[in-house]
Amino acid sequence: MKNFTYYRPKTAEQAVALLDDKWGTTELLAGGTDLLDLQKEYIAQPDKVIALRDVGINQLRLDGVDKKPDDFILGAGMTLAEIAAHGGLKEAFPALTTAAGDIGGPQIRNMGTLGGNLCQRNRCWYFRDEHTPCLLKGGDKCFAIDGENRYHAIFTQGHKCVIVNPSTLAPVLIALRATAEVLGPKGKRKLKLADFFHAPSSASEREHVLKPNELVLTVTIPYPKLKNASYEVRHKQSYDWPLVQAAVAFQYADNKATDVRIVLGHVAPTPHVADAAAKALEGKEVTEATASAAGEAAAQGAMPLSQNAYKVKLVSVAVKRALLTAAGRKKYWEV
Amino acid sequence: MSDTQGRTPLEAALSRRDFLRTTGAAAAATAALAETPAAFAEAAPANLSVKGMGPQPIKLTLDVNDASVTTAVEPRVTLLDALRNYLDVTGCKRVCDRGTCGACTVMVDGKPIYSCTMLAVEAEGKKIKTAESLIDGGKLDAVPAAFVKYDAQQCGFCTPGFVVAMRAAFDKNPRATPAEIEEALSGNICRCGTYQQMRDAIAELCNKQKKGG
Repeated sequence: MKNFTYYRPKTAEQAVALLDDKWGTTELLAGGTDLLDLQKEYIAQPDKVIALRDVGINQLRLDGVDKKPDDFILGAGMTLAEIAAHGGLKEAFPALTTAAGDIGGPQIRNMGTLGGNLCQRNRCWYFRDEHTPCLLKGGDKCFAIDGENRYHAIFTQGHKCVIVNPSTLAPVLIALRATAEVLGPKGKRKLKLADFFHAPSSASEREHVLKPNELVLTVTIPYPKLKNASYEVRHKQSYDWPLVQAAVAFQYADNKATDVRIVLGHVAPTPHVADAAAKALEGKEVTEATASAAGEAAAQGAMPLSQNAYKVKLVSVAVKRALLTAAGRKKYWEV
Repeated sequence: MSDTQGRTPLEAALSRRDFLRTTGAAAAATAALAETPAAFAEAAPANLSVKGMGPQPIKLTLDVNDASVTTAVEPRVTLLDALRNYLDVTGCKRVCDRGTCGACTVMVDGKPIYSCTMLAVEAEGKKIKTAESLIDGGKLDAVPAAFVKYDAQQCGFCTPGFVVAMRAAFDKNPRATPAEIEEALSGNICRCGTYQQMRDAIAELCNKQKKGG
């Protein structure tokens, strides 16, 4: 990898002050599981690497017991292992702890962080190949559209680059109406996770909307006691990326699902909010029949590429299973 | 990554690695002189109080297997390469170098991590344990001992990673079930496919722990 100058700031403000206002010359280092790979492949070639290990954003706190006792505030530096194992989170947000616990293997989860998971680069093999001049590396062509695209997007309308967003925490956090607090040179700002992601199509864009000199400090999840679950379809039980992921959250009283949110992962350049599916379930009891119908609705509008039409069916299945899991129904697929 | 394989000339002792190193690489390495922490590189811009380290080699003290060791590495050198090429701690193996195979697994502050995916400088101030540490009072630790007993290795190259990951799992939960230990090993791969023998070793280790042995 290209050599660099290493900085170890003690505060988030110092870290932000070290960041350039354009992409590419400076990089933040949290767990490093994505950044080091990118550097070894010469996809990332920063002159400065700013380590976040001593910045102190790795705590979980419950916001002021008196003020907002129901909010969970997760430090962006929390590791995936810490999130997966946290008792309070497990009880409130099984969707989140399941998703975090299914990422990579134990070593990855001990290193990877919440902030890193949200800001990681995509896994497209053309993007990750140093010698392929794809759109995101300054080229004028997406090689996946006419190439090897079995793991790429199926919701492709309007996208020049057909990556899938790689974060499995993102769909869950969007379904749970989480917000992120980010720090930039002019101070802090808050944004909904639903507004956090962006479909990039050039070298000057990333998979999220943060500016090059912004840093994620915390993610806040409100706790209105939503039923929630995340279901992934994958090739392997462990150490694999999902082919399709469905994250669901809804209020459930008197056997009626309301305030339904269904968000798909790994099917589009951003987490994909499936409004039609949510609408299909709104006000209904979660049964195999209604969950199935929501699953069918979630796949509406998919325009798969040459090799990934199989994902359309997986969307329906993942949504159905996530809904049944969240509602505490029998998991018919587990024997 | 061959560009991080060279070693700075701080270490005087001649090792097998020194001997095997090509003279070309050695000549290139002597060109880079280590800095002392006081002289940490590039002056920080005026409005910042954070000084950068590198890109020249930076002097680093690491806690490896309960010993304090000092070396000098460029910021880009991974913990794995620092351990193997600069400190001659060669238990951890370099296989995929992309955080997917587990052969480089070491414990950092008791947790198994991929040393190929952590910068050496990031491990400063943390306790690093490699397969070499799995000695209990002069006796082989129970985990590698079970690997020997059940022949749970063939070529053996992945073994140091597996035993470290397994030791970490038992340290975390001495009463772990075989299924939990298997889950803890899901970040390691054995291309020889000695998983059944590992299962036999795990079964015995879990049984022993249950009896409080």
